[in-house]
Amino acid sequence: MNAFPKVSRRSFLVTAAAAGGGLSLGFHVPYARGATAQEMAPEVNAWVVVKPDDTVVVRIARSEMGQGTLTGLSQLVAEELECDWKKVTTEYPTPGQNLARNRVWGNFSTGGSRGIRESNDYVRKGGAAARMMLIQAAANDWKVPASECSAQNSVITHTPSGRTTTYGKVAAAASKLEAPKEITLKDPKDWKVAGKSVPRLDTVDKVTGKQIYGMDLKLPGMLTATIKDCPVFGGKVKSFDAAAVQKMPGVKHVVPVGETAVAVVADTWWQAKKALDALPIVWDEGPNAKVSSKDIAQMLKAGLDAPEAVVGNQNGDVKAGLASAAKKIEAVYSYPFQNHACMETMNATAVWTADKCEVWTPTQNGEAALAAASESSGHPAAKCEVYKLHLGGGFGRRGAVHDWVRQVVAIAKQVPGTPVKLIWSREEDMLHGRFHPITQCKLTGGLDAQGNLTSLHMRISGQSIVAAIFPQNIKDGKDPVVFQGLNPPGPEASLGYTIPNLLIDHAMRNPHVPPGFWRGVNLNHNAIYIECFIDELAQAAGIDALEFRRKLLANSPKHLGVLNAVAERAGWGKPAPAGVHRGLCVTMGFGSYVAGCAEVSVSPEGVVKIHRIVAAIDCGHAVNPQQIEMQLEGSFVYGLSAMLYGECTVKNGRMEQENFDSYRVLRIDGMPKVESIVMPSGGFWGGVGEPPIAVAAPAALNAIFRATGKRIRDLPLKHHSLKKA
Amino acid sequence: MARLNVNGKDHTANVDPETPILWVLRETLGLTGTKYGCGIASCGACTVHVDGEAVRACAVRVSAVEGKKIVTIEGLSPDGSHPVQKAWVALDVPQCGFCQPGMIMAVAALLKQKPKPTDADIDANLTNICRCGTYVRVRAAIHAAAKA
Ligand code: FES
Ligand code: FES
Repeated sequence: MNAFPKVSRRSFLVTAAAAGGGLSLGFHVPYARGATAQEMAPEVNAWVVVKPDDTVVVRIARSEMGQGTLTGLSQLVAEELECDWKKVTTEYPTPGQNLARNRVWGNFSTGGSRGIRESNDYVRKGGAAARMMLIQAAANDWKVPASECSAQNSVITHTPSGRTTTYGKVAAAASKLEAPKEITLKDPKDWKVAGKSVPRLDTVDKVTGKQIYGMDLKLPGMLTATIKDCPVFGGKVKSFDAAAVQKMPGVKHVVPVGETAVAVVADTWWQAKKALDALPIVWDEGPNAKVSSKDIAQMLKAGLDAPEAVVGNQNGDVKAGLASAAKKIEAVYSYPFQNHACMETMNATAVWTADKCEVWTPTQNGEAALAAASESSGHPAAKCEVYKLHLGGGFGRRGAVHDWVRQVVAIAKQVPGTPVKLIWSREEDMLHGRFHPITQCKLTGGLDAQGNLTSLHMRISGQSIVAAIFPQNIKDGKDPVVFQGLNPPGPEASLGYTIPNLLIDHAMRNPHVPPGFWRGVNLNHNAIYIECFIDELAQAAGIDALEFRRKLLANSPKHLGVLNAVAERAGWGKPAPAGVHRGLCVTMGFGSYVAGCAEVSVSPEGVVKIHRIVAAIDCGHAVNPQQIEMQLEGSFVYGLSAMLYGECTVKNGRMEQENFDSYRVLRIDGMPKVESIVMPSGGFWGGVGEPPIAVAAPAALNAIFRATGKRIRDLPLKHHSLKKA
Repeated sequence: MARLNVNGKDHTANVDPETPILWVLRETLGLTGTKYGCGIASCGACTVHVDGEAVRACAVRVSAVEGKKIVTIEGLSPDGSHPVQKAWVALDVPQCGFCQPGMIMAVAALLKQKPKPTDADIDANLTNICRCGTYVRVRAAIHAAAKA
């Protein structure tokens, strides 16, 4: 018996050919409806399938959205499995299968930089268990003790006799064995595949156009839809005149979607888009129709001095400490709404029938997508299925909230039996984001006569993502995620600084704009607030920014480790090239320690050039150093885009930016050189996709101060003139 | 009815002549390697070659390309062997990959004009957006492809 409950061993992935017409490309597409499921090679266990030709299929529950988790998790499984890395392929189990098999693959959620750090243990065990079962099967066949056999590169050897066989030959027998109970994992220092910068498994199809993203799916008989949700959050559809567009080319249906949206379903997306643009819609804009960014700023400002606030981190007596400080510094910072602006807009395809609902979509959390499909379809989850497709970016937008899945199911329900693909226009995607939360922060610091930081009060006022999305997780009014990077010492996101009198608190102020988890989440603005203010304090104390931090980090060796590494590599304290100025940042989030040193020049006309960022990360264990470097580089683009230009503003209750012309992002001409230091110190598993993003902006802002003497406290930078007076 | 030549083959497409070639490629011809990112010629995800020049397919009507030769990512090379594609694989450039077909087509056209581009040439000519932030490796891969 296998320890993992088994369903019939059918392929979850049926080839396009098996699915019948319409799927013209020779790729694997998850397609179940009407398909004859092929019998597939036996799964040794839930994580590992070995085909007779020794191909190893590693099942990956988390979603690949560019961050490399597919490759990293495969490396971990392969490491323990002792299989031939060249023969490793991957597949996604479906959320429905996970449900049916008692969640054998665990959590599907791919956010919070969790992909590897939270599943490394059980996927490695899955690989190790499979190896032991394969060896046992060979030993049984040879009638020798398994302890006399070993495996390497998918080949099993009976050491005394020198006999060999391969995984493919014994996989069927292995799959019938009981799973081992005692599993010992390798010491990471013995890793051969994990820990190495092996190339990604998913690159080739991405350079030939073969990779199929959600938007590219084509099913037989499929129609395509596009949608307009009330641009004012909280508004509704009052009426629409379907007859006005019903006869336009290709238009098949004009349908309401819930109370707030209208969709046009047509033969092609372009036809649907043309008709939707022409469709007369009258909105009931609801209670938020007059709200603007100014009102929201006012609302947040009131929170900066409000008597009521929830404490996130506290020690000593900040009031007394500040009262007795030799020098007191105060500053107010702010950070705006941001849109994720994934390159691929939100999309999904659904087929609804009276007894079933199937959805194909790029999602960071297949299980949450399944729940959304179930809710919207009126069918229990057991009668729904979600097939995950490749994501054209996620960044948090495609994780917690599956608004587009609800929509496509609501549309498909109105055309039973017909597959409908819903693709949002970029404009819809910009207007209906789940925005980076908006906050302001007031910091008050007290220095003693020697310039030591003795007291710090940090008051954050603003939006709570958790209150909007997981209100059940708010305990005693506290959203714990608000304090990312500012927490007391701990393994997740602690403030490294030891300050005798400290108070960090939050006054929750929730405007009507829906917030979401945006790569880096609250660490983005928290790191800007604290790390720029630490520089302000160092300046006031007349102490070098590195020395000032080092002193405060005496009890935080890992924070200190990454900070020292970047300072040394960047040449802190040594002269920079003419006109170039440096700025520092150190922080912790998602279980990892990160630091950055930015080198910036500002021309007399005020043009900022970020030349280089030296960055270090200590993520405990590094599964694929090159992928980690890529995450550092990539996250800086995201963080610097926001710092330089990124801002979604509100007018008349709706967002003002509708496309990349008004929501400017970083392009290659603004990209600094990035020097990455991946320095895993071992003993813990930290995240990689998000922690580094937070260091780019504060380091650059601190460098800009040194270049210009101007302290930028409200973002984005585009609102400030840095021209030499 | 529109007539167009894509990747060396003639096609007739039963579409409104006003339709942007992006959607004719994706929806009528099934060439989904060319991506939609903005629809306003801003992001470059839809970049294809028209008579050898990089063009943003979301902003060109199908009626405007009659008699011209369109090449998409699927037709850049038969097997991913174009020097740009090879450099992209060698340096593991893509992250999510969604912007990469457009990026690669833009770079292939740039290298035709400027076989040895400087960093300044790259900055001035390559305006495609990559939200995953692959620019560091894109730049390195362009130089690698130029050397190949
Ligand atoms: S989709 Fe054409 S440039 Fe963005
Ligand atoms: S690789 Fe994801 S947008 Fe460029």
